[in-house]
Amino acid sequence: MSGRHAPHWLSRNTVPLTMQRVIIALAPVTLCTLLWFGVGVISNLLLLVLFCAALEAAALTLRQRDVRAGLADCSAIVTALLLGLTLPPALPWWLLLVAAVFAIALAKHVYGGLGQNPFNPAMVGYLAVLIAFPDDVARWPQPAFAGMDQVDAVSAATPLDSIKMQLNQMRTMAEITAQPAFGLLAGRGWEWINLAALGGGLWLLRKQVISWHVPGSMLLTLAAAYFLLFAFTPATQPSPVIGLLSGGTMLAAFFIATDPVSGAASDTGKIIFGIGVALFCFGMRTWGAYPDGIAFAVLLMNTAVPLIDRWTAPRIYGHRERPR
Amino acid sequence: MRVPLSKIARPGWGIAFDTRGNSADLSALSLPERVCVPLQQHIGSAATPVVKPGDRVLTGQPLARAAANRLGAAVHAPLAGRVQAIARQPGPGRTGLAVSIESDGTDERWPGYTAHRDPLRLSTSALRSAVVQGGIVGLGGATFPAGVKLNRGSGVDTLILNGVECEPVISCDDALMRTDVDAMLLGAQIMLRILEADSCIVALKDGMADALQTVTTALQTLADDRFSIAILPPVYPAGGEAQLIELLTGREIPAGGLPWDSGAICQNVATAAAVAHLLRSGEPLISRIVTVTGAVVAPANFRVRIGTPISHLIAAAGGYTDTSSRQLIMGGPMMGIELPDDSLPVVKATNCIYVPTIDELPATAAELPCIRCGDCATACPAHLMPQLLLQAQATSDTERMQSLGLQDCIECGCCDYVCPSKIPLTRRFVAAKQELWDIAFEKRRAAKARERIAARTTRQQRQQQEQADQLAAQTHNVSDTDTAHQKLQELLQRTGADREDPS
Amino acid sequence: MITAIFILAGIALVVGLGLTLVNRTLPQNDQSPLDELEALLPATQCAQCGYPGCRPYAEAILAGTADINRCAPGGDATVTAIARLLGRHTATVDPAYGAYQPGHVAVVDEAACIGCALCIAACPVDAIVGAHRYTHTVIRDECTGCKLCLPPCPVDCISIVPLRPATRQAA
Repeated sequence: MSGRHAPHWLSRNTVPLTMQRVIIALAPVTLCTLLWFGVGVISNLLLLVLFCAALEAAALTLRQRDVRAGLADCSAIVTALLLGLTLPPALPWWLLLVAAVFAIALAKHVYGGLGQNPFNPAMVGYLAVLIAFPDDVARWPQPAFAGMDQVDAVSAATPLDSIKMQLNQMRTMAEITAQPAFGLLAGRGWEWINLAALGGGLWLLRKQVISWHVPGSMLLTLAAAYFLLFAFTPATQPSPVIGLLSGGTMLAAFFIATDPVSGAASDTGKIIFGIGVALFCFGMRTWGAYPDGIAFAVLLMNTAVPLIDRWTAPRIYGHRERPR
Repeated sequence: MRVPLSKIARPGWGIAFDTRGNSADLSALSLPERVCVPLQQHIGSAATPVVKPGDRVLTGQPLARAAANRLGAAVHAPLAGRVQAIARQPGPGRTGLAVSIESDGTDERWPGYTAHRDPLRLSTSALRSAVVQGGIVGLGGATFPAGVKLNRGSGVDTLILNGVECEPVISCDDALMRTDVDAMLLGAQIMLRILEADSCIVALKDGMADALQTVTTALQTLADDRFSIAILPPVYPAGGEAQLIELLTGREIPAGGLPWDSGAICQNVATAAAVAHLLRSGEPLISRIVTVTGAVVAPANFRVRIGTPISHLIAAAGGYTDTSSRQLIMGGPMMGIELPDDSLPVVKATNCIYVPTIDELPATAAELPCIRCGDCATACPAHLMPQLLLQAQATSDTERMQSLGLQDCIECGCCDYVCPSKIPLTRRFVAAKQELWDIAFEKRRAAKARERIAARTTRQQRQQQEQADQLAAQTHNVSDTDTAHQKLQELLQRTGADREDPS
Repeated sequence: MITAIFILAGIALVVGLGLTLVNRTLPQNDQSPLDELEALLPATQCAQCGYPGCRPYAEAILAGTADINRCAPGGDATVTAIARLLGRHTATVDPAYGAYQPGHVAVVDEAACIGCALCIAACPVDAIVGAHRYTHTVIRDECTGCKLCLPPCPVDCISIVPLRPATRQAA
């Protein structure tokens, strides 16, 4: 007699396995970013993984928790990777450390560690350095495939940024997209990074690590919003394709907004969450001060999660009304 | 005649198990030398013994009758022999009074129950009282007294014969449908007559091809247009009563209500067969089919007399294949209970003896924090949100637990199964339910106590007043009334103080 | 400058009016804090908290002379409820004031009872019946398990036993 209790069978799915799958699914987009932006991406990722793991261990020690189990769940690595993929390459180490402190120590452990954080840690870390050091973080180098056709090494505006600036200078979309910074579908390089994120995300869907609700509703809403404005004013509005394949859209749709800890609980709630992220993101991109508002959009919707959970709790079997 | 057949789509909840390869063959089993029959094998109160140690009993003779005016069921002698003792003995999941009988090998039948050639001619009240007398309880595992559920006038229009058997390793219902289909259908007709219901759905699981064939053929011969067949996906817990009613009729058992409030009830296929055996052959519930599976040499189904030691079954199945580290589970891997050893008897609830192999049971993994992945909410057949319930439970927020539907948890274990953090959710919820029950009980008790305290205080005040009045009447003649009043006040104060000081 | 002042004053006015309106429309709470607090206590009158009854203890809590964690019969749930009502930090029952034992009742060992009627006077809820020189017994459904009848009994024939309901709910 071992004191076992029903159920005696348990699935083989575990939190570390889930996190490891997320890491595997991030491989294509990491590789793509590396190809277009060079070794600076690697130094970023390595330093961030180091910082995040060290901070996680330190926080767990301070909180007197099991450090080994806390590191083995790989959640700090996922946060580090997401941070590394949203920050421009080859940032100074101290800036990465600040981002990691905000993500792991403040956004995660101050609230009680894994599973308790109301905000997405990676996005908190990213926004902290974006707001504090805009000169370093808002500017990306010109993407160059495998370093071959490198025009110049100086920083330039991202496609979303340059669209915004040039539209303000009364250029039309046709003129803008004809420039060398744009490729077949959207910004050069960025289109491939987004497609790689989409591929990894679809694999996660297939492995049932994430459900379709958040990415589906978010991408559809974003596409619809872009399409509505684009249909009326195609000259001064980027097309839905550019909207979906620019900035961190796909990464956010499949890897960031799907974070279960800071996201909505029910399926309906997830759909509302996705729609909200898309609308905020679209609004900020079109009318806001920052070229890509996706990180703000995710954090804004994180704040709405308790309310969404309250509204969208499914009706319990045998009850007429939803629980309140 | 064509038998209506419907196929039910896979619901969003639950866990899909691959159940192919379950051996459903029925093997012969010798009579045990000794049986131990617990007096409580059902939901409700223990039965009251009607035999004494030393009595000779015959097969099918009542050993104990259902406790008067309580929910319960009678218990019968599974074989002929001498009653050795009536004493407290450990049974599966519960220790209580049990009757030990040593077999005399004759298996002589007790003649007290009449065998009817056509039970359907009997009056409904006669049929129902026979079901109650026969000690028949739900044989799916819940052991709810069948007679209570078969209640005319409860507004039930649909009887569901539950042969879904959604727990992965069990195949006793499959075996029953393949070997005893006529009794099962007669039992269903009897129940329909008692209920005055007009439709009966035989529910099977996808993959029970032989059983489906047998039932279809039997129904074609029977040509009763009240019957139809439904095939359910191999999803756990599609065979749970509430879930089955929802899947087959679209109705739900209202919260806090009882199954028949939905207008439909489920009876296990074996329960129906037991009713038919009782009325047609005069045999009360003294045996049932039990699946023996897992790490045994020859997994099989046996028709087992109630009270047979489990070791007898294991021996009939060829013994254990792995003797080093052995566990024994009564029931299936999702809701079964662990047994301490194989000396315990088979009871009416024993649908399966499952000996898990070591690699089938997960190593006890450390519990990780909940990451709110929501897999549990997707799996929950009651549409609860276990991840939020867990939060409420962790903060002892009883109100939130109640509003999140803790009482509607059916304890199926789906959330535990899918949880990537390996949190024992079901066990927590069961404990929390008990806690809620305690709190509600204490609240009721407190409200009543408050009333009684108020009544007592009023009474004491009245008594004091009466005493004071008497005293006043006695001292009325004293000229110095002020002194008397002062004395009275002192007296009142003293008595009051005496009463207030508990030491 | 002037505009800013006007805007802020305007906002304050609107918010103030709104708050007043909400305050008027929301249901009023007529119960006194003392009654509300007493309703949360288990009404055992057991005096384990050091006060002669539940109401005196509630008075002491409101006066700030007693902590909220002294009610052992109420258990942690009661402490949590009090903490929520008063907006205090939640706590667990201080074991110095006894252990939480839900669902317990007193039982008189009728063979040993001498019929002295002392326990009858001690019972705050009149749950013990009997008369002088006759065996006493406890009405199970009315007993709160407060243990107040234990000290007066000269022959120690009363014990506190768990009361577990036989069936929780017909499944």
